[in-house]
Amino acid sequence: MAATILTEAEATARSRRVPGALVLSWRQYRFWTTFFRRTWRGTVLSALLGPVMYLTAMGVGIGTLVDQGHNLPGGVNYLSFIAPGVLAATAMQNGIFEGSFTILGSLKWNGNYWAAMNTPQRPQDIMLGTAIQGLVRILGVSVVFYAAMAAFGTVHSAWGVLALPAVLLTGAVFLFAMMAFTVTVDGDQPINVVFRFIMTPLFLFSGTFFPWQQLPGWMHPVAFATPLWHGVELSRELTLGTVDAGSALIHLAYLLAALAVAYGLARRNFRRRLYLDR
Amino acid sequence: MGRELSVDGGSVGRVPQHTQTPEVLIRADGLVKTFTRKNAAPFTAVAGIDFEVRRGEVFGFLGPNGAGKSTTMRMIGCVSPVGGGHLSLFGLDPNTDGPRIRARLGVVPQEDSLDLEMRVRDNLHVYGRYFGLPRTVIRERAERLLEFVQLTERAEDKVEPLSGGMKRRLTIARALINDPEILILDEPTTGLDPQARHVVWDRLYRLKQQGTTLILTTHYMDEAEQLCDRLVVMDKGRIAAEGAPRELIERYATREVLELRFPLGEQEQAAEKLAGIGERHEQLPDRVLVYAEDGDGALAEARARGLEPVTALVRRSTLEDVFLHLTGRTLVD
Repeated sequence: MAATILTEAEATARSRRVPGALVLSWRQYRFWTTFFRRTWRGTVLSALLGPVMYLTAMGVGIGTLVDQGHNLPGGVNYLSFIAPGVLAATAMQNGIFEGSFTILGSLKWNGNYWAAMNTPQRPQDIMLGTAIQGLVRILGVSVVFYAAMAAFGTVHSAWGVLALPAVLLTGAVFLFAMMAFTVTVDGDQPINVVFRFIMTPLFLFSGTFFPWQQLPGWMHPVAFATPLWHGVELSRELTLGTVDAGSALIHLAYLLAALAVAYGLARRNFRRRLYLDR
Repeated sequence: MGRELSVDGGSVGRVPQHTQTPEVLIRADGLVKTFTRKNAAPFTAVAGIDFEVRRGEVFGFLGPNGAGKSTTMRMIGCVSPVGGGHLSLFGLDPNTDGPRIRARLGVVPQEDSLDLEMRVRDNLHVYGRYFGLPRTVIRERAERLLEFVQLTERAEDKVEPLSGGMKRRLTIARALINDPEILILDEPTTGLDPQARHVVWDRLYRLKQQGTTLILTTHYMDEAEQLCDRLVVMDKGRIAAEGAPRELIERYATREVLELRFPLGEQEQAAEKLAGIGERHEQLPDRVLVYAEDGDGALAEARARGLEPVTALVRRSTLEDVFLHLTGRTLVD
């Protein structure tokens, strides 16, 4: 590190200048890297163990039973079918987790958001910096999971690696949406409601574990409306190599639109909570 | 105790510029803050206040809970929009230049908002980074500031087990990491035991002597009297009076106060008999205050009229008396 040595006065002068949004957000992100420094080993371990256990149980266990019936679309084995789905669903789950207690803790228990507001940080920087930390986690977990998928022989196409940005996008939608929600609440009760009544049903009924065609007809439009379904489908088409430009664009457009809405809401709600309503 | 703070030109706080007229750092004209509430009438926390804070002075907001002090502090700290009227800091507008102004402020909020799981030193590091200070500068300043708030021995400890007074001192050190031009303290000693309060006062007094501009809110009149060069007395969102502590006491109170307690149920009658003694009286639920230039003389006169108080105390007037006179209420309920 060739850091220039600054004198006291130069350092102070520099601290008086307010940089752009990205630098400010980066400073918030650096807070989180320090904050999580004491727990990163446990995080990495669970990120490594989780997918391996999942793929073993699903592929070797349930998969063996399912594959005897041979009725999955495209004739792929069950493990190859669910792995990209679980990849997307895990990204969603991590997005929701990262957008929940991290934010609530910053407002209620740690107070670090209120402390940050007394510095040049703005609500949108605090929001984006926290989101970057969540996105890094989603990406990290997804990369590990994808590597395990490849090791289990479930990646059938060179397009497969594009599933990573696809599920990162899926996770981002839920991350920003959850952040937008959490910053408006005062306790963990509403968060648990989201876990139970939104996250779990999405996890189960967005075509993750079985083809969406199996759902009763009236549920199809519901599935199509959820960002997770688009993420699961896109991820699966990419790893199985069944992707076509038309459907991929629809999924992508849907996810990007959802991201824009969620980001806008998060930005608005952070500003309200941390500035306007005080 | 009493270590030299200045190390190679860097000091804790800032030395005032020696100009003829002191530079005005903060100016408020008709400052207002109204909160709209769901299912309730809007609540006006600050109802049009004017004040000026000059470089190098210690300026206080004295008032009971709910007077609008913290709301005013939040507007000055640019963490809540100015609701109406005019406010400027360093000639900048808080509503549009918040980050630039906050870069020059140090804030000690009412709630410490320290990271309890992090080490003492790391709390300063993460905060210093928000200001874009280089690591080496933060390390050097953290060293000096921990020395200043007498926490050097605890630098590597977690914050959690520290006492309330230590946490407050750490919050003060944290607020000084960016070498602020104004240090804002919202109720700096509320919730601390008497000994811890004195340590905090001692540190604040040192900052004051170095010329750091301090703004503080308090509902302790002794705190205001000891630290403030100038203060405003706030009540129900308005400024009831403004001036130096001594000046306010001279303007709104007599030199001495005679405090009389009477047996239960006899205060009413006793107070009537006091008529004409001293300049005026205040009746509190548990005692009568007689404002007089000569407290002992007033007591002798009361005794001469056949009054037999349970206890009688003669003391100097304080800001508490100023507040009581202006608002008819005591500061701390």
